[in-house]
Amino acid sequence: MARMKFLCDAERCIECNGCVTACKQENEVPWGVNRRRVVTINDGVVGAEKSISVACMHCSDAPCMAVCPVDCFYRTEDGVVLHDKDLCIGCGYCFYACPFGAPQFPQAGAFGLRGKMDKCTFCAGGPEPDRSEAEFQKYGRNRLAEGKLPACAEMCSTKALLGGDGDVIADIYRDRVLRRGKGSEVWGWGTAYGPGKPGAAPAQPRKS
Amino acid sequence: MKKLLFVMGALFLVSACTERQQVIDQASEKRYQGKRDTQPWDNDPLAYAKAAPNSFAAPSWNKGDRASWETQIKARNERQNENKRIGD
Repeated sequence: MARMKFLCDAERCIECNGCVTACKQENEVPWGVNRRRVVTINDGVVGAEKSISVACMHCSDAPCMAVCPVDCFYRTEDGVVLHDKDLCIGCGYCFYACPFGAPQFPQAGAFGLRGKMDKCTFCAGGPEPDRSEAEFQKYGRNRLAEGKLPACAEMCSTKALLGGDGDVIADIYRDRVLRRGKGSEVWGWGTAYGPGKPGAAPAQPRKS
Repeated sequence: MKKLLFVMGALFLVSACTERQQVIDQASEKRYQGKRDTQPWDNDPLAYAKAAPNSFAAPSWNKGDRASWETQIKARNERQNENKRIGD
């Protein structure tokens, strides 16, 4: 059973922002909203600079889901955390709860008024008919329903960003680490998917 | 009697101070109030993938068949592995 996850390889990310651009273009994300962004630490320090691409990690136990006062979040059977924009009231609780800063709020006018929350959908759309205009307008492209994977991961030029079935991308990364002999740290996986144990079966998605 | 009424009144007032549980639990998922979503495998493959299966659009899946959709997704996932895609 596929369990969708993102994995960013800090040894490979070159901070090109190709993933950010791919996401923006594919989902026609409005100005001021960044579903994905690249974070760099030790910028300019030779040998110590690392970049990672960050978006919603579609956590196993999503904190946004726990704090939402209108219960607009749900998890799909393949482990993607999505939300219903028709219910969202733009309160911002999910933004404070999220360890990755994934929820974004469009500025809907003067005086800092916030619109409905927008976040990475793993290119899986939302609760509207698949591949419909309504789904695209509210949530962006539904690539999973087209048999494709998130645009950011598929567009990544160095394949630093892997996205897809957790088992497959973990295998790709393991193979990569064995070949290069370093950089086995998987940023964010402990926070998003629990500490777990190496080789343990991934958490099974719960049926709604 | 007066004391009893006072205590009961106080308890009634305090009962309003309860709050919703905010820990991460499975129940939070069951509380979803929005519209039901459809499954990605309940869609037909795109026309070009159906018509001409090739290395860019293969293998396709059957509508409603989750296993075949997952096979397609995993095959596509492997294209992110340059060690297999390009070879050693």
